[in-house]
Amino acid sequence: MTIGTGGNAGPTFVGMPAVPTPAFPEAARTAVADPVLRGNLRHATHTIRAKRAAAVAELADWAELREAGRLIKDHTLRHLDTYLVRLEESVTAAGGIVHWAADADEANRIVADLVKATGESEVVKVKSMATQEIGLNEALEAEGIHAYETDLAELIVQLGDDRPSHILVPAIHRNRGEIRDIFRTRMASWGRPAPEDLTDRPAELAEAARLHLREKFLRAKVGVSGANFMVAETGTLVVVESEGNGRMCLTLPETLISVVGIEKIVPTWRDLEVFLQTLPRSSTAERMNPYTSMWTGTTDGDGPRVFHLVLLDNGRTDTLADRVGRQALRCIRCSACLNVCPVYERAGGHAYGSVYPGPIGAILSPQLRGTASEIDASLPYASSLCGACYDVCPVAIDIPEVLVHLRERVVQGGEAVRAGGKVVLRPAKGHAAERAAMRAARLALTHPGALRAGQRLASRTRRFHPRTLPGPGRAWTATRDLPPLPPEPFRDWWQRTNGGKDGAR
Amino acid sequence: MSGPVNSRDRILGRVRRALADVREEPGGELPYADAVPRAYLREHGDRTPAETVDLLAANLADYRARVHRCTEDDLPSLLARLLREHGSASLLVPPGLEPGWLAETDVERVEDRAESTPYDLDRVDSVLTGCAVAVAETGTLVLDGGPDQGRRRITLVPDHHICVVRVPEQVVSSVPRALDRLSPGRPLTWISGPSATSDIELDRVEGVHGPRTLEVVLLG
Amino acid sequence: MRVALFLTCVNDTLYPDTGKQVLKLLTRLGVEVDFPAAQTCCGQAHYNTGYRHEAEPLARHFSDVFGEFDAIVTPSGSCGAMVRELYPRMGERARAEGRGGELAAALAPVVPKTYELTEFLVDVLGVTDVGAHYPHRVTYHPTCHGLRSLGLGDRPRRLLEAVGGLELLELPGAEECCGFGGTFSVKNPDVSAAMGEDKVRNAVSTGAEVLCAADNSCLMHIGGTMSRLRVGVRPVHIAEILASTERETA
Repeated sequence: MTIGTGGNAGPTFVGMPAVPTPAFPEAARTAVADPVLRGNLRHATHTIRAKRAAAVAELADWAELREAGRLIKDHTLRHLDTYLVRLEESVTAAGGIVHWAADADEANRIVADLVKATGESEVVKVKSMATQEIGLNEALEAEGIHAYETDLAELIVQLGDDRPSHILVPAIHRNRGEIRDIFRTRMASWGRPAPEDLTDRPAELAEAARLHLREKFLRAKVGVSGANFMVAETGTLVVVESEGNGRMCLTLPETLISVVGIEKIVPTWRDLEVFLQTLPRSSTAERMNPYTSMWTGTTDGDGPRVFHLVLLDNGRTDTLADRVGRQALRCIRCSACLNVCPVYERAGGHAYGSVYPGPIGAILSPQLRGTASEIDASLPYASSLCGACYDVCPVAIDIPEVLVHLRERVVQGGEAVRAGGKVVLRPAKGHAAERAAMRAARLALTHPGALRAGQRLASRTRRFHPRTLPGPGRAWTATRDLPPLPPEPFRDWWQRTNGGKDGAR
Repeated sequence: MSGPVNSRDRILGRVRRALADVREEPGGELPYADAVPRAYLREHGDRTPAETVDLLAANLADYRARVHRCTEDDLPSLLARLLREHGSASLLVPPGLEPGWLAETDVERVEDRAESTPYDLDRVDSVLTGCAVAVAETGTLVLDGGPDQGRRRITLVPDHHICVVRVPEQVVSSVPRALDRLSPGRPLTWISGPSATSDIELDRVEGVHGPRTLEVVLLG
Repeated sequence: MRVALFLTCVNDTLYPDTGKQVLKLLTRLGVEVDFPAAQTCCGQAHYNTGYRHEAEPLARHFSDVFGEFDAIVTPSGSCGAMVRELYPRMGERARAEGRGGELAAALAPVVPKTYELTEFLVDVLGVTDVGAHYPHRVTYHPTCHGLRSLGLGDRPRRLLEAVGGLELLELPGAEECCGFGGTFSVKNPDVSAAMGEDKVRNAVSTGAEVLCAADNSCLMHIGGTMSRLRVGVRPVHIAEILASTERETA
């Protein structure tokens, strides 16, 4: 079976730590050379960029909402212990059961045990980054429990035995024709087959998903979700969605299990007024997304009778310990930074080797997982530092600042926290030559005489300079010509002509 | 071995150690109310109540809800017409719905019972509810499970939802104003247009799992 | 007012003509400019590649060299942003690392006095019509650090619009990065090249003869791509356009 060329229908992603992924530059090379993938990403990101800008421009107080969002999240993070305990109290008081999971394995075990205790062998799932991150579906499968993704894009990924490539739209790398092919060939083996005469019209594809999933919703006894927000003072959880699959999973089953990162807390009910304005406009560029569900514990006669909340750490407290990097925990997973990123647009989501691709992924994955692997050590460099991500971030995460900070950690090492314990990281391998060059350059550049000597040598030998370079220089000259060297540097001209006053050119 | 209790302590301990630098900062912390200056607007623009209702209607329509306006007297005939035009033979009715609203339709009324299964609900053509509040700036209806709205599932499984909004009293301008009126203790569903997805090429398509047709009656 | 030209190490070495154009332009506007010969590099490449500690001595050197001037003018958005945005951050980081406020204090004087060229023209000199004449079709690429870090806004555009004979053409996707990004261009050469090629394609689509920007680093990448793709658009620093006069083009 061939479905386009963009998919890399490789091994199923197994959460964090990542499956062995090549460093970003190598992974990106494949994507850049794939015209179908390039076209799909370009079309989708350019569509949403213009819409987001228009949706944001509607609000005269966008800057103030963004600042309030930043401050709410920062305050929460700075008192996270207090708010976690408060949340636990209010969820418990409302009839929910709270669990704590230090890492992915523990979270998966808790969920698997809870499902088994119901006697069920299948669950329906709302799209959730946290459960993607911990590889919950694979862990449940190993325990004989089938997890059905119900978000349209997640369904496309699951049916295609593919990996997600975007936070909001995990199948953004697929175009409508590819989606039709996946539905036609794969739906039958998961349940209700796709209609025989399915075309690639988006409305028909959505209808096919509706019919395919409806039988699963109606019979489901256990639902699994994440949450966009948890309100500490009331114990309220919030899920923001579009299709209604979230409502199905949150209200029809008898048991609901929500796995949520500990950073998703906001202190008060009122805080939602900020994020319910900034998230939809940043994310799908809508004034409001079609459906938002809010629930507080359990309600007699309405919705699940049993509600479990699994609070997930999995590297978040390590991230919190870094005073520059902790701002990444403000993220509300809107994906505006992916959509605006010129690197993401060309490299695609898979190159980031994580469920968190794009600019936010480049600062989140190396913090949640550490910088030890090749992919994680390369992610902080997967950016031209153009700053477009920071501009659109609705909680003002200075992604370029954190990227540079993580580059420093990669090349210089230093103190960090892993799994709750302090470690001293060694400088990453493969940067020795660069480190020496940077040091040499610094020595030369703090001595103007040395700089001048180098410039003169270069100018004097300029006729012999090749147009293409060997070794590392080839990375430049493979696609770009070098500028010709001038006969003399400016400083020599300035000295020779007395600052141009002597008339010489 | 890490049971739930141990991991709770472990995570809280990690959080406290991670925040050591914050604790050492001089001056202490402001109380939450002062820590976050809220310079944003409570609502956008200056409108009369009638204009706010107009904005609600416009934004609902923009996201493909079908908007109707009528008086109390005309409501029964309007509802009868909407059900007829949709070809509905059966209608889910929440327990506290005004009985008079259905005076002019002979469509089969289906009550939502505690023992009703999702399969039962799936066989009903339409559902009729009131709402708790509607948000003009975003074109949003909020249901809070009140007697005229019923439990969450009844507005989800049927393919056709008619929602009656009393105007102007149930309409607020903005999201902040809506949250002021709502109780977090109740299960809440915010609905902005029929179900939709942006998952195919990031372009919006209406009609996935929730009701594909949303009709809103502005009653006033 | 004592004004210093901070040319930047890239311009000094590779683009001395840009320095001469800045000098010519400012002299025409009645500004006497000094070029402190001890200047070298602001440390941006070091800092942005993760070598903050190597960048610190360069920042101190910059402050030593330029501290005595009233205004420091640079024809580079990214080097200007290094001083204005990142020098204060280096000071804060040193403080957070328990090294006290000494670095912050050493760097503080140069921060508010450093201006990117178009900022200096519009904000300090208060001119938008610099008396230039450049009879060509030009499209303008706002470089990322000028646009987003320094917030140059429409200053370059206002300057270009006032140039005699110049036809300014809208660049599609103007605010998208050209793909240079310093060491990004060699660490991620495929993505960098793809971004550069798209930028060049957009420039060609305008029908312009010249793509203009206020940063030679970006222009080196864009120009190198143009040269390789053999397109008929030339990369030109904004200083060259603003320095040009009717007398020369006649």
